[in-house]
Amino acid sequence: MTKARGARKTPIRVLIAKPGLDGHDRGAKVVARALRDAGMEVIYAGLRQTPEEIVRAALEEDVDLIGLSILSGAHMALFPKVLTLLKEQGGARIPVFAGGIIPDEDARRLKRAGIRAIFGPGTSLEEIVTTARSLARPSA
Amino acid sequence: MTERTSRLRAAARAIVEGDRLVLARTITAVENGDPSADRVVRSLYGRSGRAPVVGLTGPLGVGKSSLVNALVGRLRSLGQTVGVVGVDPSSPFTGGSVLGDRIRLERRADDTGVYFRSMASRGAAGGVAAATREVSRLLDAAGFDVILVETVGSGQVDVAIRDIASTSIVVLVPHLGDEVQTLKAGLFEIADIFCVNKVDLPGADQAKRDLAELVTLGGHPGDWEPPVVGTSTVEPAGIVELWDSVLAHEKFLDASGERTRGERKRLSSEIVGIARDRVGHELTRRLEQDPSLRRLLDEVVARRIDPRTAAERLAAGRRVARR
Repeated sequence: MTKARGARKTPIRVLIAKPGLDGHDRGAKVVARALRDAGMEVIYAGLRQTPEEIVRAALEEDVDLIGLSILSGAHMALFPKVLTLLKEQGGARIPVFAGGIIPDEDARRLKRAGIRAIFGPGTSLEEIVTTARSLARPSA
Repeated sequence: MTERTSRLRAAARAIVEGDRLVLARTITAVENGDPSADRVVRSLYGRSGRAPVVGLTGPLGVGKSSLVNALVGRLRSLGQTVGVVGVDPSSPFTGGSVLGDRIRLERRADDTGVYFRSMASRGAAGGVAAATREVSRLLDAAGFDVILVETVGSGQVDVAIRDIASTSIVVLVPHLGDEVQTLKAGLFEIADIFCVNKVDLPGADQAKRDLAELVTLGGHPGDWEPPVVGTSTVEPAGIVELWDSVLAHEKFLDASGERTRGERKRLSSEIVGIARDRVGHELTRRLEQDPSLRRLLDEVVARRIDPRTAAERLAAGRRVARR
């Protein structure tokens, strides 16, 4: 019952959340808006979310995709925690992408840990939308 | 028993036993009109109708989401479990939406007594989505003590919550207009409870007076007079009274027999609605496949016959008249 059937078009549901303590959510809002304009249903969880809250929201909302935005520098602690909790609680299938200020070396390690895509400053919205869509519906 | 049947039974059982992952996926399937959800929804119907379904409606920005959060807090302190559906609008242009009702929710991440689901309206008019009623029933069947449904920011004619909720709270704020606004048809007619939120703002007393006066003009089913409750979620105030008003209304429904009358009315319109949709779809499908449609269309495009006449002939199953 979880699989979308055939070519039936149902909206992609995506959770956008900001883990950690920095209060700069402009980037998250811009991305949320762009995904909305691409026809997706964006659950905007907002600022200062713990990994536990993010995973809880993702599972209750049955999202196809999670986008995390962070500018505080705590990504090496918080992102892997989200991935671990997803795995533990039955959400391993949900792909996670991220955006924010993330040094290249960290980005490489996070990708190895399972973050599917990482967008730094200057990434075009078009690229984010295209990537989000292919992550959510790999076969489409 | 086929494998498919047993899987569906397992899904229904899992929902009743509190499996939130299966619940979440089934809600998605209901929203998407996925036929696999159909059987689950049907088989769980008998387990619904137990929890009060409390609707919160009102214009955008009046504080519905914050009130939902406050009510969730109140209910949790009473030891009640809560299922919430928060509806936000879908874009009429792209179909996309930003669902932001969840942002106000404050609860411990490990509190399994609350389930919150955001829902896009997906083109439905009236303030809720087509799936909202069935999803609130699923939450009921899943065993939540109370179901809260938050509508999209409503306009004057968005009254569909009335078809879902046993108690409807109309949320307003000071300075939405003078007392004549309260006389207008639509939103003000469906309130079982009026809530003036943001009572900390100037003008709150006037707003409460205007509504209290409206209530004295009468016209309510039974002897229920909608109370007017002032609330604030900044410096929490009135939340206990708001919930007590809901309980008083639920009690009134039982004592007066209005619950059964209301249920019959709502279910009747639901059944007729579903049947009408089925007949309508079938008719549309048949008419679109009717070979005379194209010929009729040619005639209408050429202005030889008018659309009403063409529709009559199509519906009557008659062939196009001689040239």
